[in-house]
Amino acid sequence: MEILIYGTINSIALALMALGFALVYGISRIPNFAHGAIYVVAGFITWTFLKVVGLGYFLSALIAILVTGILGALIYRFMLIRVRGMAISEIIASYAIGLAILEGLRWGGFKGMTYTLPVFIAGSVTLGGVPVDIHRLLLIGIGVAVIALLWLFTHYTRIGLALRGMAQDERAALMLGIDSDRMALLATAFGSMLAGLAAIVLLPLGNIVVEAGYNVLILAIAVCIVGGLGSWMGAVLAAFLIGFAQILTVVYLGSHYQMVVALLAIIFTLIMRPSGLFGRQKELEERV
Amino acid sequence: MSESPMLHVEEATKVFGGILALNRVTFDVHQGEILGIIGPNGSGKTTLINCITGFVRMTSGKVFFKGRDITGKPAHKIADLGVTRTFQIMRPYYTLPAYKNLVIPLFSPRAKRTGGWRGGGKLGDRDTVGIDILEEIGFERDSFVPYKLASSLPTGYLKRLELARCLALKPEIILCDEVFSGLSMSEIASMVPLIERLQMDGITLIMIEHRLRELFRVASRVMVLNFGEKLLEGRPEEVMADERVKTAYFGSEEVEEVMTYA
Amino acid sequence: MTTADRRKERLDRGIKVRSDGIYALLSWRELGYLVLPRLVLIAGLLLLPLVVPSLYWQRVISNVCLYALLALSFDFLAHYVGLVSLGGALFIGTGAYIAALLNKNLGLPLILTIPMASVSGAAICTLLLLPCLPLRGVYFAIVSLMYPLAMMRIIEALNIFGGTDGIMGIDSFPNHWVEQYFVLIMVLLFLFGLRRLVNLDIGLVFRGVKDNDQAVRASGMSITYYKAVAVFIASAIGCLAGACLTHIYMFSGISLFALDFSILPIAATVIGGGGTLAGPVIGCFILVPISELLREFGTLRIAFYAIILMAFIVFKSEGLMVYGQRKYHQFERWVKI
Repeated sequence: MEILIYGTINSIALALMALGFALVYGISRIPNFAHGAIYVVAGFITWTFLKVVGLGYFLSALIAILVTGILGALIYRFMLIRVRGMAISEIIASYAIGLAILEGLRWGGFKGMTYTLPVFIAGSVTLGGVPVDIHRLLLIGIGVAVIALLWLFTHYTRIGLALRGMAQDERAALMLGIDSDRMALLATAFGSMLAGLAAIVLLPLGNIVVEAGYNVLILAIAVCIVGGLGSWMGAVLAAFLIGFAQILTVVYLGSHYQMVVALLAIIFTLIMRPSGLFGRQKELEERV
Repeated sequence: MSESPMLHVEEATKVFGGILALNRVTFDVHQGEILGIIGPNGSGKTTLINCITGFVRMTSGKVFFKGRDITGKPAHKIADLGVTRTFQIMRPYYTLPAYKNLVIPLFSPRAKRTGGWRGGGKLGDRDTVGIDILEEIGFERDSFVPYKLASSLPTGYLKRLELARCLALKPEIILCDEVFSGLSMSEIASMVPLIERLQMDGITLIMIEHRLRELFRVASRVMVLNFGEKLLEGRPEEVMADERVKTAYFGSEEVEEVMTYA
Repeated sequence: MTTADRRKERLDRGIKVRSDGIYALLSWRELGYLVLPRLVLIAGLLLLPLVVPSLYWQRVISNVCLYALLALSFDFLAHYVGLVSLGGALFIGTGAYIAALLNKNLGLPLILTIPMASVSGAAICTLLLLPCLPLRGVYFAIVSLMYPLAMMRIIEALNIFGGTDGIMGIDSFPNHWVEQYFVLIMVLLFLFGLRRLVNLDIGLVFRGVKDNDQAVRASGMSITYYKAVAVFIASAIGCLAGACLTHIYMFSGISLFALDFSILPIAATVIGGGGTLAGPVIGCFILVPISELLREFGTLRIAFYAIILMAFIVFKSEGLMVYGQRKYHQFERWVKI
């Protein structure tokens, strides 16, 4: 029961981390290696507005999400757009942006235990004999809501449909009058906002540390590869797979192995089924 | 014609995300003949080539090369056996000069086995062989053309380069994916004798083509694909006369042109 | 001198650039035009330890060389094989740990540990990276990014190889002259070796794999095999650097899997000019000393490389070397007529 509950929580957390990355990659085909950095930035902005400026929690969170969205858009508009389509430069540029942000923050003194966000609602309830924080339950709720909203957004709004069109066939989308650069900009902005949201939901469970940026990036990538790069539903399912696998290893082996689980998941996926659980990309590529 | 066919494809089926791209296509190709494959756009011609050469894994079906099962083998192993292909969208190594493009196939295990030059390890050897092959395929040896970067070559030469890449492997069979398309009439006119010479050299050819007139001139047999299914197979004259082919191509000027030509 | 007396020697330079070096036989001056930059580089590198004042800066030179080796391996993989490795630290760490273990546990001398660590480390790295080699796209970058981080965690978790403390007390080079000239000569060897390699037939195959892997497959060659060979070569260079590093600092620990080793070679390559092989070496000679000067800023250095890297890749992606080459070939002289 414990494994079931914490597995679900962990899976939803992973899904939240990964969705942003999957969204950006799915639409603009840019692997956004700055994803983890944006996640951490969101945490710090919330913390700053909450503790230093003294705004309310909800307001700070909102500002943080907006700022990360704008940050994502700026990164795309001024950096990534210039290297889009050049595989080597894309990877290096986004990785460099992420590193610059993270290491800059680290130098700025944002490390240690002092930077924590309070949980939304304190207290805990007992579910089937297992005590669970209310915050973690909220996390499940928010996660499910985000996934549902994303699904609704991409299926029922104009922009969402345009984004899906881009994801499926960029050239065809261009011919239908969808502005590829604008959509990629939007996608990067949305992806960053999702990263920001994930940060605000997940960070109260621990400290805001720079290392979290690297961990989140790696977990997000692992989830996306296992789910199939560019497939959002695949990412959600893969999050559950990796989430439960992680909780099982923590219970039976020890928490040090969590990262190894992610790596092994990637390696196994690449060997067994390179396009991931739901990826169609490889097949399409081969069609010449 | 020998007893065991050169290439035997049995019930080749390919499904792309629910769409039946190829539906149980069966055919034989015999030593030394030219099989033309025609069909409207999207009828699965290129997919068929991709399946045979291992670039795409078939959903079901079998491919035999000289009686040997090559289904599901990786593309490079199939090419190593002598089943080579050209690409519809030309794929030269753009950053290399034309003759250096051939150094890469000449470096392959098959070329090392079958190659008629000594050693092959010394620098420059493959360059010479590469230029020889290019000359054979219609690059003027003494001009600057073979030395130009592939990125600056015109389509006609790129198509030849594609064929040259296959020839470098000393192939048994070449699967040509639209070698005539995108070429001018004069370029095609110079290409046709080339194809005929390849046939005389004993190379079996499968040609996917939209230029029916030229195809019917060189092909010994023609197979028609429509919506992934084999419509019919026969000598060029039979195919031309067939009512079903006309309906499949209905409205296509090219067929009318061919019909009037025939 | 009036303008009538002068003329720009303009035309034949263009021809020289395109005629593949054959014109060098024309005269001593042409020969000089061709070999001068190379000679300057070689002589400059070899003289460097002699002119550098303090022991501290001599150690910096060794560092530069180690990073240069890594940058060479990165440049080779990225621009000649098309594999972007974000994990130079994996090569360094593997090489360093193997050399350290061989030296410490088996008591092998340095002259054996370095080659053994290079070859066996390369084999291990190639094996580790093998799953992502058949695939195109970002997989290689992602997996190579993850390995150094995972390695750190594994060593921490299992507490093997000295755990977080690392392995200490490894033999050092006999003296600092041997140390410096060894790494310098290695850099020169691999620089000119790789430049030669990429123009050999097998080098063309590597470039073919980068340009257009489908055509390589259609030519009956396994791209996975050739990528693996290339990764082996590159990781051998990286592991060599790692093995040297561990002997220079007489220490091997999880800090060797740190980000510095991944990001600095990339930055040096981009600044120096990707695809030139000499550029990354020059980039290292610019970046590493700067980073030594900035030592007091701690991790800000990484941010600093990252920003330089970003600026170069976005705004000046050709790099210094390509720029310099172009300018050198455009170089015109006033001659009397």
